[in-house]
Amino acid sequence: MSNNENNEDKHYVAPFSKEVSFDELQDAPPSGKFRLSITGKLGVVVVAFWLFIAIFGQFLAPYEENDLPFPDDYSEFQKPRPGAWLGTDVDDRDILSRIMYGAGRTIGISLAGVLIAYVIGVTLGIGSSIAGSRIDQVLTQFFNILLAIPTIMFGLVVVAAVGSSIPILIITAGAIFSPVVFRLSRALGMEIMVMDFVEAAKVRGEGYRWIIFKEIWPNAAMPLISDFGLRFIYVILFVSSLSFLGLGVQPPLADWGSMVRENLGALQYGESVIPILAPAIAIASLTVAINLIVDDVSAHAGGKLSGRL
Amino acid sequence: MFRIILTKIAAGLLTTLGVSIVIFLGTNALPGDAAQIRLGQAATEDSLRALREELGLNLPLYQQYFRWLFNFLQGEFGTSLASGNVTIAQLISDRYENTLIVSTLTAMIGVPISVGLGIMAAMFPGTIYDRFLTLGSVTLVAAPEFFTATLMVLFVVFFLGIGNAVVVGSIEDKNLAELITHFILPIATLCLVIAAQLIRMTRAAVLNVMNSPYIEMAILKGIPRRRVVMRHALLNAIGPIVNVIAINLAYVVTGVIVIEVYFGYAGLATLIVQGVQTRDYILIQTLGMIFCATYVILMMIADLASILSNPRLRHPK
Repeated sequence: MSNNENNEDKHYVAPFSKEVSFDELQDAPPSGKFRLSITGKLGVVVVAFWLFIAIFGQFLAPYEENDLPFPDDYSEFQKPRPGAWLGTDVDDRDILSRIMYGAGRTIGISLAGVLIAYVIGVTLGIGSSIAGSRIDQVLTQFFNILLAIPTIMFGLVVVAAVGSSIPILIITAGAIFSPVVFRLSRALGMEIMVMDFVEAAKVRGEGYRWIIFKEIWPNAAMPLISDFGLRFIYVILFVSSLSFLGLGVQPPLADWGSMVRENLGALQYGESVIPILAPAIAIASLTVAINLIVDDVSAHAGGKLSGRL
Repeated sequence: MFRIILTKIAAGLLTTLGVSIVIFLGTNALPGDAAQIRLGQAATEDSLRALREELGLNLPLYQQYFRWLFNFLQGEFGTSLASGNVTIAQLISDRYENTLIVSTLTAMIGVPISVGLGIMAAMFPGTIYDRFLTLGSVTLVAAPEFFTATLMVLFVVFFLGIGNAVVVGSIEDKNLAELITHFILPIATLCLVIAAQLIRMTRAAVLNVMNSPYIEMAILKGIPRRRVVMRHALLNAIGPIVNVIAINLAYVVTGVIVIEVYFGYAGLATLIVQGVQTRDYILIQTLGMIFCATYVILMMIADLASILSNPRLRHPK
């Protein structure tokens, strides 16, 4: 625990008693200092690395995403060699460059999708926990039905109906994942709304704006943030799965999921599996790293978040 | 108690109904209706009108919906739009066995092993064994299915040298060894995919019970740890574990989509992906409904299991 490090300040700030520090009380809020475990630090490094690649990858990539590194020597699934350090793919394009281009697309689409899910879910969730009764029931029923549809199936139907493009992919991901966010933020809102300090605020005559931003938000923020990480993982997996099925990002644009699909032939004909393995590892390393951070954050926020979902 | 069960089942049915409306409306939003697609370029105003009348497309939307639902319940799924005059029922009957075999075998092999491993991890929390399992499942839980699949291919095909990376051919007239190499990759991958969740959740469920006072009492009495887990903890953890199993089986329903496409396996999941690519919305409607209904039913079983196993939920105040 971070207790030992904080002990010295504690004596000056809040000397409750010498034996029991505030932190040890059962309902104590999370201690101010948030420390990452070793695995959490590793997660931060990996995520930072991929974010860097997502933003600057296309400027640093040795080739354009659809360029051929060896125009004179065309053959698919070449082994790694100087000039193409991860080898070439089914169309003899440089895998390293495509991964660097794809990073921005995969991460960007997922991030935009999860942000939309959060804007919709949190607004409606907190809103309906305050509004109560009729509106709350209708919204909850509606989102419960959406929750009963497996995400990938939902995605398939939407893509079938309106086709696939990057904006549609973002909006679809946002729409599909907003019910879960709605449920979580509604549950949090409900939990907080019945607390004494909210009652007190109401009695004091505070308006809705005060209650939402000064009473509910500070208490709901931490669980929502660690859920955001979790949701981000699911959206990345969703977007790459759709791309993998050929229904997400369309060729010739590079995207990690569709790279795996394009190069599936390497399993049969290729001499190396790097064309499949490299983008798969890229996705897995990113999602696992986020998961490691989320584990630390939710341990810090207290309580098992996964239990609430 | 029966009232609770009945309300849960009713809620499940209502949800399925709601899902069917979403799917129906979603697929109806597709550009062009069945009559247009089927007649194609040869369509004239009259022939279009005639076919629409025949298919019931001139009716108001809600009547079309009830007609579709009624036919669906009777197993009349209609005719495929993309593949000539093949009925959907034919397409499905050609393939449903493949998907059923893979998911059933996954459930039969993967579930007992993962639940066992999860209980073992809960039996010896904090040991190297437990940490190894926990770290492994944290990693696998977050990884995409095709990553796990690629690892399995590397291990089974390139390292062990059995099986084929792409599953081809029918299962008829094959001997046991051939059947094993035929199925080993998709099943092993799916097992691994659900094992990650299952181990984690089983461990949590058992550990949750292990924290209760009567377990502490049993430990204080000096009963060996194995007996405490087997006799005292496990019986009370059965409900949560069944809940966990049902949730993960529901997950197989969706996980199987990526796995089938990855291995080029001709099951229902590849059929629906095909349907999306060819915009065969009748096929999508039917299969989407089948997948979603299975999912909802499994989730309902999960719900029921946790209620039935917990006296406090069984007899609410």
